[in-house]
Formats: sequence, structure tokens, C-alpha cells
Amino acid sequence: MVSKSLKKLYTFLIFLFLYAPIIILIVFSFNDSKSRGVWSGFTLRWYVELFKDPAILKALYYTILIAVLSSVISTVIGTFAALGIHNMPGLSKKIVLNLNYLPVLNPDIVTAVSLMALYRFFKLEFGFTTMLLSHITFCIPYVILSVLPKLKQMNKHLAEAAMDLGATPFYALRKVIIPEIMPGIITGGLMAFTLSIDDFVISFFNTGNGVSNLSIEIFAMSRRGINPTINALSTLMFVSLLVLLLIINKRTEKN
Amino acid sequence: MMKRTSYPYLAWILIFTIVPLFLVLYFAFTTGDSQNFSTFIFSLDNFKKFFTPIYINVLIKSINLALVSTILCLIIGYPIAYIISREKPKKRNAMILMFVIPMWMNFLLRTYAWVTLLGRNGLINTFVTKLGFPALDLMFNEKAVLLGMVYNFLPFMVLPIYSVLTKIDKSLLEASEDLGANLMTTFRRVIFPLSLPGVITGITMVFIPAMSTFVISSLLGGNKSNLIGNLIEQQFRWTGDWHFGSSMSIILMIFILITMALTSRFDKEKEGRGRGLW
Repeated sequence: MVSKSLKKLYTFLIFLFLYAPIIILIVFSFNDSKSRGVWSGFTLRWYVELFKDPAILKALYYTILIAVLSSVISTVIGTFAALGIHNMPGLSKKIVLNLNYLPVLNPDIVTAVSLMALYRFFKLEFGFTTMLLSHITFCIPYVILSVLPKLKQMNKHLAEAAMDLGATPFYALRKVIIPEIMPGIITGGLMAFTLSIDDFVISFFNTGNGVSNLSIEIFAMSRRGINPTINALSTLMFVSLLVLLLIINKRTEKN
Repeated sequence: MMKRTSYPYLAWILIFTIVPLFLVLYFAFTTGDSQNFSTFIFSLDNFKKFFTPIYINVLIKSINLALVSTILCLIIGYPIAYIISREKPKKRNAMILMFVIPMWMNFLLRTYAWVTLLGRNGLINTFVTKLGFPALDLMFNEKAVLLGMVYNFLPFMVLPIYSVLTKIDKSLLEASEDLGANLMTTFRRVIFPLSLPGVITGITMVFIPAMSTFVISSLLGGNKSNLIGNLIEQQFRWTGDWHFGSSMSIILMIFILITMALTSRFDKEKEGRGRGLW
């Protein structure tokens, strides 16, 4: 009996630890005062101010644009890569899969500075292009990792049957293989999208020319000092990402 | 013919993953004007510079904080992973989802949220001063950095341990009980050894980001708590000595490779690594 209530208490404390900061952040985004210690009434002022701030609106625009572009491009490259990797002989498959893990396991900061060195080497100007290329680079591995299991599950003979019945390889790909692995492609694409929206470290190093995303903006704001508009921004980002990820989770559960 | 569909990706990986790493290596072993590749000359100066007390101390501090936060995550995380794994499937799935949801919040915001609590005029201090005590200095020290690390990386420890614990064959526990072992002995001799692969994965997944972070230390640690990640950031973003920055990145990578080599020796269950919900 004692150990049971002890367990309950421990679980409660852990979840309190996990959620308290987030809940307080959200609650104080509605607080009618700049101070974070005192509650002085409900307001939507910070949300209004948020949508009047040109720097934040610009960052929001770049965040979404880069997330859309990088998730679409990395999904296309990643899906075709997964098809190829799936059909590779043992050893080269192993090598490519290990290389694929490299950006996943490498610390963000090392990936970030290595890309920085690359752009410097090719004399690319830091800005939108470099940020987009970097995002595609770290998104592709996740697309591959979510498409590959679907390819493994697929009946090998389906594509062969289609080709026996006179389909060209491309037609078989379009009409048989792609529909079969579609759930994996969509999950991978959504994952790439959320990773891109959420990224800070790699974007922070590989941008320039006034191009920034929301994470970079948050970092700059939080270093300048406390500003309740960040709380409002956090709340909006948290809620929208929560909705998006609940959709992904529903999808993976179904599969 | 299908093999060829991966060629664009292979080209991509060559240009954007392999070449950049060699460039970092190249930068690390040269000096010169970082802006101009033709001025580069081979040199070990960057490493010599690193092995002086100021920088070595930062490295030691980074390793230290990463180790302590990993141990704290293990001590705090193991019991909760165990408790959740004993629940009925429906309830435990819900609880694990609850554990993952905070991770979906932007990493910076999660860390920033602590500023709201710990700051000079934060909630905790408002409460403390209302009670008549002087305000506490909770922010801008190593303890705050440690707290930020544990907060951010705890799920990385809990999830792999949890997933191993749920896979343990129940009949093993019954057998142990039938043979006369009490709960403590069963845990010590059966459950814990079987959960080691999860513990090892958890340790790697907490240690690596804790060792290389610069965000947590600059948000919660102020200017005093420089970690190796901060040093790299400063060299690349502000000072402009990319050669020195690269040599520190190489040193960081070596440490991480050593950790991974050490842990992978214990890690029999390699499948599924890096493939979780995050």
C-alpha cells in the first residue's frame, strides 16, 4: 500500500517537473503585465503585438517556406534513395545505411560547422540557399528511415507481377510500389517538416543576410531579455506542433 | 535498375556529409586567414592552443557536467521507466505519450521556460520574497545548466529503458519468484541485467547532446558557464578563427566516438537505435 502511493507520488512529481515550465509559460502568455512573477489579469495583448512585429512575421515566413521546401525535396530524394538502398546487395547497403546514420548521430554543432566550412569552400553566400540546403541534408536520413521499413514489409512479387503483366518499370513504380509505401513516405515527409520547423543549431550557423527562422528569433529575444511576446509565440508554436505531431502519431499507430 | 534511384542521394551524402567533415579536418590542421583558402598552411598550432589550461578546463567542465547530468537522468529516469512499464498496456502507452509531448516543444522554448521560473523576478523568487526571504540566485550558474540538461534529456534516458523493460519475458520473473527470490533479488539479478541494453542506449543519448550543447549553457548559464559547445560557437560565429573552432570540433567528435565505442561494446541490441519517436 505504502509503495503504491509512493509510486504515484513519484510519477506525479516527474510529470510536474516535465509540464510545470510549459504550463507556466502558456499561462503567462495571457498575463497583463511584463513581470513574470505576478498575475495581473487576462490579456491577448502579447498575441496582438506578436502579429505586429515585422521581425517575427518575417522569421515565420522563412520558417514555413524552408520547412515546406526542404520537406518536399528531402521526401523525393529520400524515397528514391530508399528504393535504391532496399535493392542494394548486402555490403553496400550496410555502408550506405551507416553513412545515413552519420548526420543522425553526429552532434548538431559538428554537422552545423562542417556545412559552414563547405559553403565557405564553395564561396556560397550565407542566407536562404545555405539554410535550405542544410535542412534538406539533415531531413533526408529520417525520410529514408521511415520509408525503408515499408519497403521491407511490401510483397516483393507485387512489382514483378506488374511487370509480367506488361507494366514498364516506371509504371510499376508509379502504380504499385509508391501506393504500397505511401504511409511511410507521408510519415517521413511530416517528420522532415517538423524537424525543419524545430531546428535551431544548424540554422543558426548556416544563415546570414537577415534570413532567420523562429528558433533563431527566439534565441535572440531570450538573450536580449524577457519579453512576454516570446511566451505568446511559444504557446502558438507548441499548440500547432502538438496538433501536427498528434496526426503523425495517429498515423504511425495505424501502421 | 532500381539501384540507380539512390544515386542522387549518394551524390548528396558525398557533397553534404562526407566532404564537409573532411573540410573540418582540413581546417583543424591548418592556420591562415579563414576567409581565404590559398593562405592555409599546415600546422598543429590549433591543437597546441587547445592543450593549455584555459581550454582544457572548459573541456573538463563539459565532460563533468555531461557525466553528472547523465547520471542524474539515470537515477531519476530508471524508476519512472520501471513504474510505467509495470502498468497495463493502455495506460502505459498514454503515459509514454505524456513523456514525449514536452519533447515536441521547441528545444529553446523548453529551456527558456525555466528562465520564467528561475529568473530574478521569476515565479520561484516572487514566492520566496513574499515569504519574507531574500531573493535567490537560481540562474546563471552551473546548477541551472545541469537542471536544463536533465530537463531536456530525461526522456532520452527513459524511453529506451522503458522499451527494453516492456520486452522482458514475464515468465522469467515468475521463475525467479518460484525459485525463492524476493522482489529486490529479482530486480538485482534478473530485471536490471536484462535492461542494460536500454540503459546503455540511454546513456549515449543523454551524454552526446549534453556534451555538445551550447544553447542550454548560454540561456541558463550566462557568460560564466562556457562549455566546449560555446567555444566552438564563438570561434565560428564571432571570433572568426575557424581553424581553432574546427580543431575543437574534432576533439569533441573524438570524445563522442570514444563514448559510442565504449557503449556499443555493451550494446547488444543495436536494432532500433536512433529510430524512436524523436
